[in-house]
Amino acid sequence: MNFKLKIWRQKNSKDKGRFVDYTIENVAEDTSFLEMLDILNEKLISNNEDPVAFDHDCREGICGTCSLHIDGRPHGPKPKVTACQLFMRTFKDGEQIIIEPWRAKSFPVIRDLITDRTAFERIIQAGGFISASTGSAPDGNAIPIPKADAEWSMDAAACIGCGACVAACKNASAMLFVSAKVAHLGKLPQGKVEAKKRVINMIAQMDKEGFGSCTNTYACEAECPKGISVANIAYLNREYLKAGLS
Amino acid sequence: MWDYVGMSRDEAGLKSAITEIRALREDFWKNVRVLGEGEELNQSLEKAGRVADFLELGELLASDALNRRESCGGHFREESQTEDNAAKRDDENFSYVSAWEYKGEGVEPELHKEELTFEHCKPSQRSYK
Repeated sequence: MNFKLKIWRQKNSKDKGRFVDYTIENVAEDTSFLEMLDILNEKLISNNEDPVAFDHDCREGICGTCSLHIDGRPHGPKPKVTACQLFMRTFKDGEQIIIEPWRAKSFPVIRDLITDRTAFERIIQAGGFISASTGSAPDGNAIPIPKADAEWSMDAAACIGCGACVAACKNASAMLFVSAKVAHLGKLPQGKVEAKKRVINMIAQMDKEGFGSCTNTYACEAECPKGISVANIAYLNREYLKAGLS
Repeated sequence: MWDYVGMSRDEAGLKSAITEIRALREDFWKNVRVLGEGEELNQSLEKAGRVADFLELGELLASDALNRRESCGGHFREESQTEDNAAKRDDENFSYVSAWEYKGEGVEPELHKEELTFEHCKPSQRSYK
């Protein structure tokens, strides 16, 4: 397969950045999107051109490191997959593909397609954890947890923290991410002890990082590679309100 | 590494692995092409550094395996096996932890032995029978 690539190149956070056109030929249809970029980089290096910097790690859809805005959509056109699990057979032969970094003020570009997402780490540091001592592993049924709560918590825990929700949102809101973490921990008894402090601190950090607010467009849920539900945002708002009242 | 420094290794294999790694390293340092600069985010430089480390570590792994002529744990020296092909220990000669000191490019690393002393449990031949 052959493709025309339009890739965002930016030397550092101060550089203005621009699109550069590349062509790539003879790509096998089972090549993953990141492998296609690897092949392009090999070609660039052999021509003494600077390779395209992009983030990647596990390449199996669980680490949340890959972060490409492909044809205007975070992680590309296929629902519920990360860019690393996207294969070139998804595209048409000869097609033009536009590749950009995440676009959000809170995620400044470091170089080319790599953005600085440490804002997410700081939000987690603000409260996305359980510090209450829970002892050693208790007997499986010693703490009764309603099935619905366990399911909700597990579904929220699927969030890989990639930032696609922020990239998809017109307000660059991080509320899907924050709500997933708050629900993941707050829905279980061990996490309830610190629920109030957690939600207040995480939201304060989220605002400090400059993320926007949620206006219920649901773009985040549509683009989330893990299908995190916006119902979590409703849960987050409820928890935040409750924390303010008590 | 895959062919000669796997779970099961022998002297000839380990020696050829070391020869091959040395040739590979020479080729690497002669022909490596790293673009970009040192004072900026440079993924090519990062990768090249990692490959250089792996080449060094690979050789060290192979020479350590060559040095330890007994079989022990995940290290199975084909020369050292029992009649029913289980790992044969040699605690008399190899009851130590190997610490290798880097002595510079092209110089053999120096072996420091940290002796192992067992007060209560004595190491013995593993048997699943």
